[in-house]
Amino acid sequence: MPSLSFIWLTLFSFVFFALAGLLSGWLDRKLTARLQWRVGPPWWQNFADLLKLFGKEVVVPETAGPLFLLAPFLAVASVTITGALLLSSIWRFPFSVDLILMIYLLMLPSLFLIAGGSSSSNPLAGVGAGRELKLLLSYELPFIISLLIPVVKTGSSSLTDIFQKQLVEGMTARSPSGLIAFLVALLSFQAKIGQVPFDVSEAEGEIASGVLIEYSGLPLAFFKLARWMLLSVGITFLVFYFCSGMAGRLTAIIKYLIVLVLIVLVKNTNPRLRIDQAMKFFWGWLSLFAMTAILLSFMGW
Amino acid sequence: MKLTTKALTKSLWVFHLSTGSCNNCDIEILDCLTPRYDVERFGIVLVGSIRQADVLLVTGIGTKKNAPRIKKLYQQLPKPGFVVAVGTCSCSGGIFRDGYPMAGPISSIIPVDVWIPGCPPKPEAIIAGIVSLLGKLK
Repeated sequence: MPSLSFIWLTLFSFVFFALAGLLSGWLDRKLTARLQWRVGPPWWQNFADLLKLFGKEVVVPETAGPLFLLAPFLAVASVTITGALLLSSIWRFPFSVDLILMIYLLMLPSLFLIAGGSSSSNPLAGVGAGRELKLLLSYELPFIISLLIPVVKTGSSSLTDIFQKQLVEGMTARSPSGLIAFLVALLSFQAKIGQVPFDVSEAEGEIASGVLIEYSGLPLAFFKLARWMLLSVGITFLVFYFCSGMAGRLTAIIKYLIVLVLIVLVKNTNPRLRIDQAMKFFWGWLSLFAMTAILLSFMGW
Repeated sequence: MKLTTKALTKSLWVFHLSTGSCNNCDIEILDCLTPRYDVERFGIVLVGSIRQADVLLVTGIGTKKNAPRIKKLYQQLPKPGFVVAVGTCSCSGGIFRDGYPMAGPISSIIPVDVWIPGCPPKPEAIIAGIVSLLGKLK
């Protein structure tokens, strides 16, 4: 039976990461607009989008499976749990979490996206779900390898230990192996949230938003919410895991914004990769870099 | 006014449908999204699927082959949704009104909320049309 404090933590995690995610999503759109010499939407744009989707009719295809309506809510629930466990290992209350659980939980939103897309029985959504699955297989390899570097440095796979150790030894991303690992994890995370160089699964021009093609109204709003929450949860995780987010609240916020700007810059300066190019990139170069970083970290760099 | 309706006026997602147009209006619609006009300021974005759209933007005369598809797409548009006819062809048929493939104008196939005439209409005219649609909502 979950303790009362964990229920409160989960509620807090939902509100906190939803707000942070919506605002981060706005910053993404606004920066993109400024980079393209446009004005861009106002700060409440994502809130208006969500609110509007709540009032729309929900269209369900006749041949859709039961997961079609369930998947968006499960996606939001899984991100909420991820955020709650991350917060509880930052605060060391009620309990600390292991890295392996975190890796599994961060994978769940993509899996629910695949489940929802493929149960909509639309051929384009099927193509999108297949691409998302291939992408998942390809970016998880360098992502997991790069997450092992702090484990090698700390000698523990508990998140709290890894966060605390950086207070003593300085941030992981300052050492050569840590920096390589951080950059590899950042690029893999770019694919996790489906940002532009790796957005083949919902390419608008070619497969008409792919996995999301049949979604409308409330379920669509929840998938969008899950995507934005994953953005903020993931960046928070990266900041605390590699960049010593424990050092102070203000510096943690500044580091969060820097990582977000890096993601937006990568998004705006790169064209969309084909699925085979993305797989070659992740299994080739990025995995090679991540392996090198592991060797370096064993040598003590 | 309901809160969701108010949010709808601030975030119109547009699905763009070409029904036998000459591509001129379509280019002017894309013009609205370029840095010079930038309709994302008002929350207007193009979406790839009709299920996610609030506005069905129709260009072209509405050919006989396209008429059933226009009807189908209109039925799939989640309500509340609106139809905007862009260009003289979709408003009245223009110079093609007596042509053999003509099934339109669009308003004889599906109910139209806003007409934006012009061959092609300027981006300013398209934005003015969308603003009048928002006025209708209020």
